[in-house]
Amino acid sequence: MALKQKQILLDPLISNNPIAVQVLGICSALAVTTRMETAVVMSAAVIFVLCLSNVAVSLLRKGMPPNIRMIVQLSIIASLVIITDQVLKAYLYSVSKQLSVFVGLIITNCIVMGRAEAYAMQNGPLDSFLDGLGNGLGYSLILVATAFFRELLGSGSLFGFSILRPVTEGGWYNPNGLMLLSPGAFFLIALFIWLMRSWKTDLVEAE
Amino acid sequence: MQHYSTSYTLRFAAAVCIVCSLLVSTAAVTLRQRQQANARLERQRSVLVAAGLLESGRAVSRSEIDRLFERIEPRIVDLRTGEYSDAVEPAGYDPVQASKDPQRSEPAPPNAAQVARLPHYGLVYHVLKDGEVDMLVLPIEGNGLWSTLYGFLALDADTRTIQGITFYQHGETPGLGGEIDNPKWKALWVGRKAFDEDGDVAISVIKGSAGPPEEDPYRVDGLSGATMTSRGVSHLVRFWLGEAGYGPFLERFRTGRSV
Repeated sequence: MALKQKQILLDPLISNNPIAVQVLGICSALAVTTRMETAVVMSAAVIFVLCLSNVAVSLLRKGMPPNIRMIVQLSIIASLVIITDQVLKAYLYSVSKQLSVFVGLIITNCIVMGRAEAYAMQNGPLDSFLDGLGNGLGYSLILVATAFFRELLGSGSLFGFSILRPVTEGGWYNPNGLMLLSPGAFFLIALFIWLMRSWKTDLVEAE
Repeated sequence: MQHYSTSYTLRFAAAVCIVCSLLVSTAAVTLRQRQQANARLERQRSVLVAAGLLESGRAVSRSEIDRLFERIEPRIVDLRTGEYSDAVEPAGYDPVQASKDPQRSEPAPPNAAQVARLPHYGLVYHVLKDGEVDMLVLPIEGNGLWSTLYGFLALDADTRTIQGITFYQHGETPGLGGEIDNPKWKALWVGRKAFDEDGDVAISVIKGSAGPPEEDPYRVDGLSGATMTSRGVSHLVRFWLGEAGYGPFLERFRTGRSV
């Protein structure tokens, strides 16, 4: 049992990563990864929503009429997202300004609804919680890794602290503007997927 | 698969809705005050940054902002006449909010800044020094490339010389249009002239580099890679300094002082 739960938690980190393997949640991964700070806060928000929505859906699954299950899942997710957004606006105002619409768009993040429908509907609350946590962490892993390279190469800083002093501030580093644009994130995520598939060859689909 | 009756389905849906709406409204109501305080603080902070009283990007406490803000006196200006007005209370008044209310605003004349509505009352911050007005800070807004830019422009008491500019809300591309937040670029505005000798709006953001303020007083460097954002900033600054914006007020202020 313990082994199975460990697997539920760790599987989505690498071998079943929601972004790199299932290629879900790409939109927000492009949008919020220009800086580490936004990526970390966004990750925390997604983990929070994913865990709670999975638990709520799992608790309600037995009494949930199948014909309205999607709407019920969506109501739960939307409520959690609005609450998250409100809390961020109240306690982390500057970060929430940078994240702007993307917190609200967690509602449409395929990972959240995907896990509710594919996992929480069939499994108990604890397993669903772990599944939510695992998938949230898997999403965060790619988000933070992408943000690390984008902020470092694009702005020469990490969490806003100057690491490679850019030319515009009298340093030597010429920031790579491409990294700050969406294609930069595409290239990075594609590289991650490539690396992952070369390392875990069983991920490659048979032709 | 188990069959559920229609009435059960409806009751289930109603219960989910009630629980969800209770949670959401509780969060919204309990956090509203904090959020509004945050938004107000952010605006006050930007006024101070525009006036050069606060370094942008520096973390400051609420009490420090309050202390610095003692030097600043908000005044209501009737944008239709350009005169000071006491029709609304300046503390807590937000012209951006007012411009969304049809009762308190009117459609703006066609303009390059794509400002759709003008509030009846605008807000001007007097920056006081020894009881005299040392600077004027005006709210500005308009379209960039992706988003509406909201900010403040600080003018010297002569109403011609720009003392600073800052934006507190925008959604431009980080690293390109987002460079409007770069202190180096904002510093380029300081000392340039908003109006020419005849009192016409003269300042504009150009493509490429402008000379130093003494030789090239009416032009500001464009941001490389962000032509549309630069153009937007140019349009919106010119709009708010112009006839439809704070132009008439500035004109009055200018003549009032010289008497």
